[in-house]
Amino acid sequence: MLVPEPIEITESAVQQAVEAALAAVDAAADTAELKAARTAHAGEHSTLARLNASLREVPADRKAALGKLVGQARGRVSQAFAVREAALAEAENARRLAEEALDVTEVALPGRPGARHPLSLLQESIADVFVGMGWEVAEGPELESEWFNFDALNFDADHPARAMQDTFFVEPPEAHLVLRTHTSPVQVRALLERTPPVYVVAPGRVYRTDELDATHLPVFSQVEGIAVDRGLTMAHLRGTLEHFARAMFGEGARIRLRPNYFPFTEPSAEMDVWHPGAKGGPRWIEWGGCGMVNRNVLRSAGIDPDEYTGFAFGMGIERTLQFRYNLGDMRDFLEGDVRFSQQFGMVV
Amino acid sequence: MRVPLSWLAEYVDLAPGSTPEDVHAALVKVGLEEEAVHRFEVSGPVVVAEVLDFVEEPQRNGKTIRWCRVRVAPEGSRAADGGESVRGIVCGAHNFDAGDKVVVTLPGSVLPGPFPITARTTYGHLSDGMIASERELGLGEEHNGILRLRELGIDAPVGTDALSLLGLDDVAVEVNVTPDRGYALSIRGIAREYSHATGAVFRDPAAAVEPVDGTGFSVVIDDRVPVRGRVGASVFVTRTVRGLDPAAPTPPWMIARLVLAGIRSRSLIVDVTNYVMLELGQPIHAYDLDTLNGGITVRRALPGERLTTLDGQDRALDPEDLLIADESGPVGLAGVMGGATTEVSATTTDVLIEAANFDPVSVARTARRHKLPSEASRRFERGVDPRVARAAAARAVQLLEQLGGGRAGELGSTHHAVVSGEPILLPHGYVNALVGVDFTDDEVRSTLAELGGAIEQTDAGLLVTAPSWRPDLSDKADLAEEVARIVGYDRIPSVLPVAPPGRGLSRPQQLRRQAATALAASGLTEVLAPPFVTREQNDLFGSPSGNGVPAVRLANPLDASAPFLRASLLPGLIEAARRNVSRGLTDLALFEMGLVFRPDGPVRGTAQLPAGGALPEPVVLRRLQEGIPPQPRMIGALFTGDSTPKQPGQPPVPAGIADALTALRTLQTALGVALSVRQGSHHAFHPGRTAEVLLNGEVVGHAGELLPRVAEESDLPRVVGVLEVDLDRLVAAAGSDIRVRPISGFPAATQDLSLVVDSAVPAADVLAAVVEGAGELLENARVVDDYRGQGVPEGSKSLTFALRFRARDRTLTAAEASEAKLAGAALAGERFGAVVRE
Repeated sequence: MLVPEPIEITESAVQQAVEAALAAVDAAADTAELKAARTAHAGEHSTLARLNASLREVPADRKAALGKLVGQARGRVSQAFAVREAALAEAENARRLAEEALDVTEVALPGRPGARHPLSLLQESIADVFVGMGWEVAEGPELESEWFNFDALNFDADHPARAMQDTFFVEPPEAHLVLRTHTSPVQVRALLERTPPVYVVAPGRVYRTDELDATHLPVFSQVEGIAVDRGLTMAHLRGTLEHFARAMFGEGARIRLRPNYFPFTEPSAEMDVWHPGAKGGPRWIEWGGCGMVNRNVLRSAGIDPDEYTGFAFGMGIERTLQFRYNLGDMRDFLEGDVRFSQQFGMVV
Repeated sequence: MRVPLSWLAEYVDLAPGSTPEDVHAALVKVGLEEEAVHRFEVSGPVVVAEVLDFVEEPQRNGKTIRWCRVRVAPEGSRAADGGESVRGIVCGAHNFDAGDKVVVTLPGSVLPGPFPITARTTYGHLSDGMIASERELGLGEEHNGILRLRELGIDAPVGTDALSLLGLDDVAVEVNVTPDRGYALSIRGIAREYSHATGAVFRDPAAAVEPVDGTGFSVVIDDRVPVRGRVGASVFVTRTVRGLDPAAPTPPWMIARLVLAGIRSRSLIVDVTNYVMLELGQPIHAYDLDTLNGGITVRRALPGERLTTLDGQDRALDPEDLLIADESGPVGLAGVMGGATTEVSATTTDVLIEAANFDPVSVARTARRHKLPSEASRRFERGVDPRVARAAAARAVQLLEQLGGGRAGELGSTHHAVVSGEPILLPHGYVNALVGVDFTDDEVRSTLAELGGAIEQTDAGLLVTAPSWRPDLSDKADLAEEVARIVGYDRIPSVLPVAPPGRGLSRPQQLRRQAATALAASGLTEVLAPPFVTREQNDLFGSPSGNGVPAVRLANPLDASAPFLRASLLPGLIEAARRNVSRGLTDLALFEMGLVFRPDGPVRGTAQLPAGGALPEPVVLRRLQEGIPPQPRMIGALFTGDSTPKQPGQPPVPAGIADALTALRTLQTALGVALSVRQGSHHAFHPGRTAEVLLNGEVVGHAGELLPRVAEESDLPRVVGVLEVDLDRLVAAAGSDIRVRPISGFPAATQDLSLVVDSAVPAADVLAAVVEGAGELLENARVVDDYRGQGVPEGSKSLTFALRFRARDRTLTAAEASEAKLAGAALAGERFGAVVRE
């Protein structure tokens, strides 16, 4: 290693070296020039370095004074470099950020927006309402045995109620298989799979031989609810429906029951819901059917109807969605036009 | 059921000024839902008029019109429209003479259409009103001439309001009658329900006539094969009426009520039978007595027997059909439709009236078998009051005597084998315990008494015998409903039940939601397609081999060309894509989650269903379940157009197999399953772009691109990425891919490895060998390049892998990492002849 040649330490020599260094700092236009200036004026071959090295040669009695002189000089220079370096870095960073600016409204995005089907979303949100009350979500096949779809639900084979169901039958007829006409067969399945108390909802697809048009679908979806426990009454049915109605239609929703007939409930009722947000003003809308589980249905599932009572209800999910969003043409549910689902995204 | 209000008011006190809306509101409270309001849609000044004289004027168009002078108001008074009492009216009909009373619609009146009447110039005259035909008034079909009052057997002074004279001012409410309430398909039943709803006084029309039994007419009930053990006829009443005037018209009030009720007027005899049926709910049949051969036998059809019914159809009879037969053979399908040979005609003077009660099941089956629903069968299927038959027969006789000039004959018969229903015990407190309302004992008892049955108080509760018209009341719950509905459902309070703590969504339910949400979040749009497909669609997509799969076929499809249930989601996705593309939405990423129908052989089902109302034996239940074809839940996806559209600074990225595999990776992450793919084949897929999806070594689906021909035949672009996997199997394996190890904080060593290998060797296999050979120091490895060309022998490829090594307990040296890398390369060399490319 080269030992720098000693030079005599004088006030003017130090002063000169400092001034030269500060001038170079000021002259540096960017970090590269500043780096070169640092090598020249503060590097190991710089005058200041050599002055510093020369301190070794200085007699002991002057060492303190000259050491202080050189040390202060080097400190000044070093600080000037640091200040200048920070300023240059800041400016360069700002320049780079400015260069990197984009129009955020036209940044290229990979892929495309997706969406769930609103019927699926609503089914899930309905399930959540009931899960929140401690209920469970039950399921059953869409291609169903007539026993579950009809006989177990107290539809006599020759009763007009059975013929009125507009059923899709499957070949061969003696197989007694149908596309389920309602989600009610899940009632019996849920009761067979569990022991009371039973509180379940069953959303799902159902089928009727209705030609597809703006107000009819051959494939649509329902949600079924059934509760079987000791001491359940129609008051519990109404309470449950009102809770559900408020979740679907807002706090102002109410339930009105009207007598009706279903083979699988007795007493039976048609339910109307007061829709506070209906288009054109609040009004009653027909929502579905309900009632106390028919004693024969409980018997079909091996439950003693004198020990347990139950209530059941069912409503159309399309209908519920239609009322919430004032949807007109029902074909939109089945046609798969992406614009329909994308209006909802992931939320109903 | 359509209910003319004038008719209803005969048997129950309607509140004064009741509108159809009021009546609807009352009936809906007891369960008769409103359907519609029916009116004649005739209004304004419509009056009785007299033709004074007319001049016949031939026209150039070949017609001859009559220029009539018509008196529309008594001499010296103004007409109902305020105009002159004698008008000039042009009339095209010729079926009238001077002096005939007719109906004139004066200017300002409106006929159905709506067709407003004005004074207008026609055929050179100012025609100041119109002389109306039956059809123009909405009373019937007759339009060959104008209506003359004498044809209806009535007369009235000139200027009389014809709307009220003809009953055209009446109005009917239509209500939906649920299938348990056959008795409400009658004015009698509706009047009783209205009374239940409002407390208005009910007068039973069945009590308004005195039944008379005829004798001497032979009727034999000979049911040797009762359906479900029930004899086909429990009641069979016949009466005769003789000496009817075949020309006697049906009075306008009856025509108007029938028309409002939805039944066309035909002839007096037929109109009376329909009228009695509507009034009392008892279907009535009238035979031309002269055409009957001997007495009547009620029996099942014999093999090969045929009958021509009133509608002119010649029908082959089934041995289960219940017949009315005379000595000549069948003369009617009991409770469904009469036969042509004994039909009343324009010359009939003597009739046999039949009022019978037929078994609902027998009638329902016959009506269905012959696709012949009739007003009679509709009532019998739902249950007719067996105790009303004698009164109904008497009512028909009474009306024929009054209106047809006939007289009741003594000839007739009465078979009456009605069994009263068992009384139902309604335990004390049961109604309140089921309905949740604190009804008083008195409310329960008085409400049930209103129904019309018998009630006896016992220690255990009330013993209730249901009235004969309520066969639907068979159980204490039925009685509870009666109390609740008649008192009113509004009394039921609202109480939220507390369910026991639940287990929340099941794991499969959570996972399916997660899978669908993940796909949607990654840019796919969910569709829900109808599951109806053609045989070709199922053959194409039901299995990879294309050999056809067992499929479920509908017996009554809506679209005869698509009678099968889908074995794959792809046909539905393709249809949805086709529709979107045709609507100009060309960049598509669709998915569906749903059931497919995959019988494992011929559809079996269950031939013999157990009865409802009892828990079947376990073996029977198991057989029921096993007979239902498997319906696995699948996830399918389809991609076409651009997966990333052209954007500023970004060229478009076309959709294809990569999207399908990306969606598969999304599912893999969402469900925590270890899926892998390998080169596969599917006859509807591109032969070189088909991946089999594997789960634990088993094929659970396919990903790839459609065969371009299949895509183009579906009006889609040539490149369509598709994916279909068995979601149930993925869900069942969910979480099996989770392997948890401590996370090492020591530094990683990254190295690349390039291997030259035969180009037919799948990259995944080489990668697997490298991973296995490198051992546990290798933390992560992936293929980063596949190079073919200069420097690589023909038929080979150079695969570059990015490898990341890390030790659990120390900082790795470069030498250790290299050693592991070479061990990986060595195993790949051993298995596939891979050579390290320097």
